[in-house]
Amino acid sequence: MAAQGTSRSGLSSALPLLAPAYLWLTAAIFLPLSAMVFFSFMTDLPLSGKPWAFTLGNYAAFFSQSLYLTLLLASLRLGLEVTLWCVIIGYPAAYVLAKVLKGRSREAIFLLVILPFWSNGLVRIFSWAMVLREGGILDTALNAVLPFKINIDLMYSYPAVIIGLVHSYVPYMVLTCYLTLQAIDDSLIEAGRSLGASRLQVLKRVIIPLSMPGLVAGAALIFVPVVGSFMEPRILGGRTGTFYGTIIEDQFVAVFNWPLGAALSFILLAVVLVILAVASPVLKRAA
Amino acid sequence: MRMPRLTAFLTATSVIASVLAASAGEVHVLNWKGYGADEPWAVEAFEKATGNKVINDFFNSEQEMLTKIRTNPGLYDVVMINAAFNDQAMAEKLIQPIDVSKLSNYANISPDKASSPMLVHDGKVYGVPWVWGLTALAINEKSFDKPPTSIAEMWNAAHKGRVVIRDDAVEAVQFGAIATGQNINDIKDMEAVKAKLTSLMPQIKTFWSSENDWNQMVASNQIDIGTYWSGSADRAKTHFKLPVSLVIPQEGAVAWLDAFSIPAGSKNVEGAEAFINYMIDPKFYVEWVTKVGAPVSANTKAVEALPEDAFNRKVMGDPEVAKRIQFQAPITDKQREAYLALWQQLKVDVK
Repeated sequence: MAAQGTSRSGLSSALPLLAPAYLWLTAAIFLPLSAMVFFSFMTDLPLSGKPWAFTLGNYAAFFSQSLYLTLLLASLRLGLEVTLWCVIIGYPAAYVLAKVLKGRSREAIFLLVILPFWSNGLVRIFSWAMVLREGGILDTALNAVLPFKINIDLMYSYPAVIIGLVHSYVPYMVLTCYLTLQAIDDSLIEAGRSLGASRLQVLKRVIIPLSMPGLVAGAALIFVPVVGSFMEPRILGGRTGTFYGTIIEDQFVAVFNWPLGAALSFILLAVVLVILAVASPVLKRAA
Repeated sequence: MRMPRLTAFLTATSVIASVLAASAGEVHVLNWKGYGADEPWAVEAFEKATGNKVINDFFNSEQEMLTKIRTNPGLYDVVMINAAFNDQAMAEKLIQPIDVSKLSNYANISPDKASSPMLVHDGKVYGVPWVWGLTALAINEKSFDKPPTSIAEMWNAAHKGRVVIRDDAVEAVQFGAIATGQNINDIKDMEAVKAKLTSLMPQIKTFWSSENDWNQMVASNQIDIGTYWSGSADRAKTHFKLPVSLVIPQEGAVAWLDAFSIPAGSKNVEGAEAFINYMIDPKFYVEWVTKVGAPVSANTKAVEALPEDAFNRKVMGDPEVAKRIQFQAPITDKQREAYLALWQQLKVDVK
């Protein structure tokens, strides 16, 4: 009961600190999002000045054509693949940062991880375009070094989309894993070793379980935006760059069909929430 | 996830727009961004000559343009409308008839454009033809010894993976109609168009969306041929010095006509007339072509003011070309949605 008492008084004193953030979130996120929910049930946008009515047709459109489902599955697969690559690349880096490097060198490496955040996302994607294309930086560099001629043209392909997205999102994985890995007491690892566990066993039984919250948080932070991504697939994917996100963008930008675009977005939101809800008990147990 | 920002942005812009309600002496112009009317030197010259202040606003799609004039009655004085959309704007009473006797340059508009049934209704002029152009083919000159003459070159296996097409449903379907020998405004055999485009898909490298995409791909020698706009091909060649040349295939090409209209409820009709007259003036046009590159003016005097060998005069003015091209007529919302569905299906099937 004492704990409850403190938390209540904690809340009242925290209110002035919380209020600005929550007022801002309400005004900037909640209200527009509610408007979008409203739009998704309309035949036409009230802004368009044409008569409109309520309808479920926009949601029905998703089920009436196989194309939306195909694209949704493709986007979910993209999300999984990008998340997996981010784990493979980001987790070891986070481990080295948290447990191996100390002092100055850690700061320097940390800076390198965060550095891409300081540049605009579009700039990053366009620089990939210069690297990946035939006769681009990668192609030219490899051919300058290698004795035989190879032809690298990754631009406008599925791997190009994966590369661009992994590059954009891997810092999230490094940061979240770094935080949990750093919190692991070194004496736990030493205890495991002194009790005869191999390095691999320590990794499997001590380090990974203890850092699981960071991995899960990183995975969720990456998976959700990647499933809805549209800019990277459009620029890097070429012919294969049509995904669920690009179709939503078309509805908003190209044909001005906001109701359908909004409905498609909320279907995506629902699917992502269901996936996270189903995955959370499993992940919690693992953690 | 990006929608909240979009909505907030839209609300903010419409609030700002209504606050800045037009006062006398201001001409509010609605047009594509970077499309002549917002050139700083042009705005400056017009303001100096007439004392009106120009305030530009932009749209990203024709639907957005219609929405803006529907929801901001009285705000805009001049709006640039593709002739294929003029009908719809007039039927919704969004635009008003224009007294062309006040436009000294109107007499020089080529008669076939001035009398276009898309712009003139019941003898009243609802749109002043400004410029026109083609969606045809353009080639990377490095990939061809001599330019192709047929649209079939897009399907030539030698160019597999080096062909581009614009990411636009209407343009793609109309291109398919030309390739199957049909009228772009009255497509009878949609299955043939679909089959033709399906067989084109494996050839495609990517779907371009901006002029910059196209030019970069040519500059880095990644493509051989693709659909392109006539004005852009000209700009790529003369302005950016790229090895690009336009091909108007023997099967034909899609032509479009852009025109200026005055929205109903404009608060500065006089200023609007002056602005439109300036936009169709030969002096403005020649400067636009020389400094930036532009489509073909609908004003015959303006085209004649160009050098003899100018692309917009020599190639686009060729009567042989005029015979082959088909002007875009209005499209219903239903057709547009059907085209988009077809186009999206094609893009998914090729994944």
